[in-house]
Amino acid sequence: MNDESQQLAVTSDQDVVRVRQLVRASAVAVKLSLVDQTKIVTAASELARNTLVYGGGGSVEVAQVDNGRRKGIRIVFADQGPGIADLDLAFTDGYTSGGGLGLGLSGARRLVDEFSIETGVGEGTSITVTKWCR
Amino acid sequence: MTLSADEAARFATLLEEHQEALVATWTDRVAATLRGRLSQAELRRQTSELRRGFQEAMAGAAPNLAAEPAAELRAQLSEVSAQRARQGFNATETAVSVFAFKEAVLGILDGASNDATTFRDYVAFSSFVDEAALFTFDSYVRVREELIADQAEQLLELSTPVVKLWEGVVAVPLVGTLDSARAQVVMERLLQTLVDTGSPYAIIDITGVPAVDTQVAQHILKTVVAARLMGADCIISGIRPQIAQTIVALGIEFGDIATKSSLADALRYVLAKSSQAKNKRPER
Amino acid sequence: MDRVPVLKIGDILLVSIQIDMEDQVALQLQEDLADRIVSTGCHGVIIDISALDIVDSFVGRTLATIASISKVLDAETVVVGMRPAVAITLVELGLSLPGIRTALNVELGMDLLARERRERGDDGDFSDYTGGGVDGGETPAVPAS
Repeated sequence: MNDESQQLAVTSDQDVVRVRQLVRASAVAVKLSLVDQTKIVTAASELARNTLVYGGGGSVEVAQVDNGRRKGIRIVFADQGPGIADLDLAFTDGYTSGGGLGLGLSGARRLVDEFSIETGVGEGTSITVTKWCR
Repeated sequence: MTLSADEAARFATLLEEHQEALVATWTDRVAATLRGRLSQAELRRQTSELRRGFQEAMAGAAPNLAAEPAAELRAQLSEVSAQRARQGFNATETAVSVFAFKEAVLGILDGASNDATTFRDYVAFSSFVDEAALFTFDSYVRVREELIADQAEQLLELSTPVVKLWEGVVAVPLVGTLDSARAQVVMERLLQTLVDTGSPYAIIDITGVPAVDTQVAQHILKTVVAARLMGADCIISGIRPQIAQTIVALGIEFGDIATKSSLADALRYVLAKSSQAKNKRPER
Repeated sequence: MDRVPVLKIGDILLVSIQIDMEDQVALQLQEDLADRIVSTGCHGVIIDISALDIVDSFVGRTLATIASISKVLDAETVVVGMRPAVAITLVELGLSLPGIRTALNVELGMDLLARERRERGDDGDFSDYTGGGVDGGETPAVPAS
């Protein structure tokens, strides 16, 4: 059940910074712990950059959510780009200093509580992540 | 069942006209259930304010408790339940305080006409009071849960001390089982202490940890890696023989993380490294 | 576009990142540092990230690149002031910042750089040597006569 959501277009470097700021503000609003705030903002930065760099630009929607027991934050990263052909590759840990091969989605997944992805070649990509307060 | 504008208006008048009697009866009813644990004066003040809250809600034609004119009433109900929660009253006692209002109102209505309108009015109003009581119950539960969470946190803090052992050395003596939640707290506090004290070395002593399983080892490892990322190093001490055997049996690799069996050894090791670092030439 | 200021303190360049950097700003910093290392001949770089509340893979790669470029230009880099929440997140993310030395704060970072220069024996001040070789050191320095 979404309480309030805000949407941002991601078409430039500055937009990625804006996404971080918006996610941070929302994380503070739902009272995530400092470490959890850091995790979700970091994940959002990674995914927003992916949207820009691999998706050719897109949009990010941030919503504060409440499942009745606790509050949380849900973010959707969407683009109409080429889509991800090889999901397995996208999920390999690609964080070597040389840039790596994967998109590092597995890293971002470890930082959040719920992670889902919809993608297809030529069909764009949509990733939804959720982080709950403890 | 929502209140119609007419019903609300009738009650607004009733609550206004009979305020003295209402507050008196209501206070008496509540005092009976609370068995003297709250002073009569304090109780009277509360019921008086609540009566006014209800009256304002009615005057504003609030169809239900969520409506805008009932905002003040909601605030008052939250206040009362928070207070009750902190004073140790139970949930029923708190809710009954609100339910008692119905009896007080019934007492007034009894004197008036006994037609169908009055009956319908009472049912509608009763419904509204029920909503208010449930709201109070809910607030109460929330405050109690907050209190419990606070206490749990305090307990956690007390049981995970971080001590400064020497210049540039802090120690975390872990005692008791290390579950996920505790491990997180310990990790965060240790890392923060490293920053606050500018200590490049931390000794994690696990003498007081009864069992080390893969999860616990993972937590400790993550802490060490995080500390290294920040520019500090960790030594693990207090490894008992059984723990050492478990670690090997589980195939847990501590890699290049120094491990010592006693805190004393760990301190000796750290001091040697530390003075080595301070000397102009590497020790040989 | 914001630029991150670079301060020269003796033989060290100090960079204090105070802002939430756009990717372009980070890349610009990389360039500026390389320029300054060459123009000043400094042998040490300290990057203070105590004001950063997140370090993502881009910043991580940038720091690693800065360290590599500096090394090629004969300067050692130390990253200081990483916040605990950031360290914990990086561990979870699996980002290890290989090849980057870290210290808890600027002072410790400077100690580290000074120590390493002494160990390498090329801080140019030969009054430390009173005979005896530098065990395991690199290019032997000329002992004081």
